[in-house]
Amino acid sequence: MITVLETSALNTVQDLGRSGYRQLGVGTSGAMDPLALQVGNILLGNQPGDAGIEIQTYPFVIRFEAAGSFAVTGVDAAVELDGHPVLPWSVEHAAAGQVLTVGPPRRGARAYVCVAGGLDVPLVLGSRSTQLRGGFGGLSGRPLEVDDALKIAGGPASSGYGALPPAAALSRPCDRGEGNVVTLRAIPATDYHLFTGAARDRFWQTEWRITPQSDRVGYRLKGDPLALQRPIELRSYGIVPGIVQVPPAGEPIVQMADANTAGGYPRIAGVIEADLWRLAQARIGTRIRFAQCDHSQGVAAMQPIASYLDDLRMMVALYRGSVQRRAPLTSGTQA
Amino acid sequence: MLAEAVTHAASDLPVVSMIGTRAMLFEAPGEFTLAQQRQIWALMEEAGGRSDVQELIPGVTNLMLVFSVPPEQPRKVADWLRHAWETLPERHIKGRLFEVGVRYGGALGEDLAHVAAHTGLSPSDVISIHHAGEYTVCALGSAPGFGYLHGLDPRIATPRKAVPSLKMLAGTVTIGGMQAGISALTGPNGWNSIGFAEVALFDPHRDPPALFSIGDRIRFHPESIEL
Repeated sequence: MITVLETSALNTVQDLGRSGYRQLGVGTSGAMDPLALQVGNILLGNQPGDAGIEIQTYPFVIRFEAAGSFAVTGVDAAVELDGHPVLPWSVEHAAAGQVLTVGPPRRGARAYVCVAGGLDVPLVLGSRSTQLRGGFGGLSGRPLEVDDALKIAGGPASSGYGALPPAAALSRPCDRGEGNVVTLRAIPATDYHLFTGAARDRFWQTEWRITPQSDRVGYRLKGDPLALQRPIELRSYGIVPGIVQVPPAGEPIVQMADANTAGGYPRIAGVIEADLWRLAQARIGTRIRFAQCDHSQGVAAMQPIASYLDDLRMMVALYRGSVQRRAPLTSGTQA
Repeated sequence: MLAEAVTHAASDLPVVSMIGTRAMLFEAPGEFTLAQQRQIWALMEEAGGRSDVQELIPGVTNLMLVFSVPPEQPRKVADWLRHAWETLPERHIKGRLFEVGVRYGGALGEDLAHVAAHTGLSPSDVISIHHAGEYTVCALGSAPGFGYLHGLDPRIATPRKAVPSLKMLAGTVTIGGMQAGISALTGPNGWNSIGFAEVALFDPHRDPPALFSIGDRIRFHPESIEL
């Protein structure tokens, strides 16, 4: 069991999302940065779909009521256990009663606190993700609050090893050496050709700024408005995270994990899946640029991520195997 | 690139486009008719048999395929969809009939005057035209359990609002362009509210969780009218 000692708005329980119910209007939700959640779960020997806590507002403080292992991923932040610094992106062990504090990130926006065994909240429609709009899933369908108690499904795991963060392990797409501009590769989508030529050019050239009206539902971007050749009223169509819509005011919205399942604004592009986690980790005020790619480039872009996760799985399996061989009686109780 | 097909949007051909690498949108040509929507339902059933499809999102005269892994050759899937569209018969779903009582107008139907002004009708004409028709659930989407309804009389069609209402109540009876609906959740909403109905459209712990299914029919009747 862990108890939430300090939290502010919008920290939620998330897993890899709720698939299979979009045709009933239920969006997937799930971790904004699924890569970071997967890293945490791999490090802990969890199932890929185990749930963790997604933190968007800091500081976030919990107490372990029983001993457990954990990993904080997603960000580079000051993480402390009873006031002593511990590393993010690594497996750490908390004794019963110890307090974990995740401070504001130096890099990144969303931290994930993963625990060995995963968080034991009920599966609702096949997932433990919090569906904020529908008010179900996660812990009672709402963000975490102080004094909330979360059950943990497992005990301590072997600890003392970590992962190279994806931001360090994976090369930045189309890196032009502009450290503070996040480049997202995107594929022209359904209504691309209905925009003016100037708007299409500007879409790729503009350094868009992430506005404060950005959240788990979508990122609203600021920049010169994009105009259609003529106004259109579209029939409602399906939405997936990554779709870039342009409402009548002309400033794009990138739909994210809590996107509705359907919408009606013109679609200029789709950010490729391989780059969505980078957007999830970009803070308000960050400048972003879209780089055009095609389908095969978009598919190929998933390969480095798959290799990174495979390597991590192998490294963790080797390490855990070696720990168990060396100290079969003290290496934890994980089955 | 599939998006080049968009130039045919005004023609009689379906438009198929990719959204990212894992979603493909099929848009039927022509008007929003029940016949078109029945063919979308047929396509949905057919596409559901594909092993590469993880989820299907039917829209209003369109269908989105979400793949479990990105298709190697999207064009092949697009051709398959076009061929299926041309050859499949309409799928008739014998849905259930829901009778829904509506409190028209008042604070919960505050856009009634706007709809009347836009359509050039009196508010009471808008109301009688709205409950004269029978509506069909074409698709569920946007919010859990929300049904996109076909059957709106074109005389009361009204575009979505430029500035959405910030907190429209779940159960609000709405018009969005040529589409009619009942809002499923309380929250921001760009459709025009004309009344309110006491219905719970979604409960994740109910089986099935959504009250409506595609093909269900809805008749509205006035419980009260406040002009």
